[in-house]
Amino acid sequence: MNPGIALAATAHHPGFLSPTGVEITFVLVGLATLGAALLTVTTRQLVHAALWLVVALGGLAVEYLLLTAEFIAWVQVLIYVGSVVVLLLFGLMLTRAPIGRSPDADSGNRWVALGVAGAAAVTLVWVVVDAFRATWINLHGAVQGTSRATGTSLFRHWVLPFEALSVLLLAALVGAIVLSRRDDGGRGSE
Amino acid sequence: MNDTLDVVLRLIAVLVVFLVLPLLVGQTEHKVMAHMQGRLGPMYAGGFHGWAQLVADGVKFAQKEDVVPADADRRVFQLAPAVALLPYLLVLIAIPIGPHGFVGQNLDAGLFFVLAVMGVGVLGSLMAGWASANKFSLLGALRTAAQLMAYELPMLLAAASVAMAAGTLSLPGIVGSYHWWWTPWQLLGGMVFFTAGLAELQRPPFDMPVADSEIIFGAYTEYTGLRFALFLLAEYAGIVVLCGLTTVLFLGGWHGPWSGSVGWLWTLLKAALLAFVVIWLRVSYPRLREDQLQKLAWTVLIPLSLAQIALTGVVKVVTS
Repeated sequence: MNPGIALAATAHHPGFLSPTGVEITFVLVGLATLGAALLTVTTRQLVHAALWLVVALGGLAVEYLLLTAEFIAWVQVLIYVGSVVVLLLFGLMLTRAPIGRSPDADSGNRWVALGVAGAAAVTLVWVVVDAFRATWINLHGAVQGTSRATGTSLFRHWVLPFEALSVLLLAALVGAIVLSRRDDGGRGSE
Repeated sequence: MNDTLDVVLRLIAVLVVFLVLPLLVGQTEHKVMAHMQGRLGPMYAGGFHGWAQLVADGVKFAQKEDVVPADADRRVFQLAPAVALLPYLLVLIAIPIGPHGFVGQNLDAGLFFVLAVMGVGVLGSLMAGWASANKFSLLGALRTAAQLMAYELPMLLAAASVAMAAGTLSLPGIVGSYHWWWTPWQLLGGMVFFTAGLAELQRPPFDMPVADSEIIFGAYTEYTGLRFALFLLAEYAGIVVLCGLTTVLFLGGWHGPWSGSVGWLWTLLKAALLAFVVIWLRVSYPRLREDQLQKLAWTVLIPLSLAQIALTGVVKVVTS
């Protein structure tokens, strides 16, 4: 599946019935993350939803750390917690973010949204389980998620997707500029 | 067991640094500002040149009533100071003081860790500003967010330039591969990093988010007592972190004569010098207007940091 990060598939598979401390922590943090994510979509207070999103994204970063992917974990914190959520909060505060309940924060599409979310979750879980069926990370050997390992695999084996993504981001950037420019029939608002 | 003891001792050391150095910077600020403005500053508390003034301030803050406005979002309001302060404590763990493992914890992606966690601190200001149910606070929070988004990018780019030069993201690794000619080579990046860091800490001349003549004290207007003190402490801890980071990334950290034995002293000296510059800037520059702030970031600092990255890349390719 992933030639860059060769996960050590040990000869004797550890069983599910004797979990290690790391595995127990992983499950607990996962549950907390899931809880925070559920609160994000169910709370009636807009800004609280954004703050619960911080907790969920931070929980994900901890999960990455437990999977020894240190670099990815800090990128997660930097991009999502540090920038995306700040942007989100900025947008909320600029528009409407009352303290207390937001009566218009409800959507008629909630059941459709639930269906889509459920379908996406099932697909993703199925793909991940299928891909990494019996792969175990050897926690006692060399760390496999170092920035060196990540960089090597990214720029040796996955350069093309990386470049394609950057073009996509460039397109998004140009699109944002086009959308935010207001050309009122030639007399632009400079 | 020995490992556990080692970790606990290191964490305690980091905590002590976290509690002592910001106070030292604060007291230095009192005195330096006073002398630059031709006055004495605090002189009575503690006897010798008012050294205990900040302790007295702390006692005063602890005695004050902890007020939460009636319309505020109580939990977010009370949580905000911790969110603003804790990131700096975490960051200190990764900053190396001296050679041979004189660091809280050697992280493989230390540079990323430091920048990522520092960025979280702004959430505290945002939460404080929104939860206060006060228009001035909200305006302050908005300015904070806009400022952070503008200055995070040049800071990251400047740091990336150093990481490229050193070929590693580990902070001790970066200092370890330092040569004296790095400082002139990375000078541009260093200035951008330091300036953007000042803006991220909302220090003058980048203190638009707390501009007292316009919006009282920005996001912290409604805070009293200990929680207000925590925000102030976060600012001074931020100065310590920023000066330490600039030292480590651009000024060679522990490198200097006899660095094997007194390397930690060099790091502290260089950081102290930078802290002095931070205070100096506060006294000598007027506050930038909001549009000037944004313009400086987007039209000066980002192009400069991109030029620095290009320069680093070219030199790296030519010399390797």
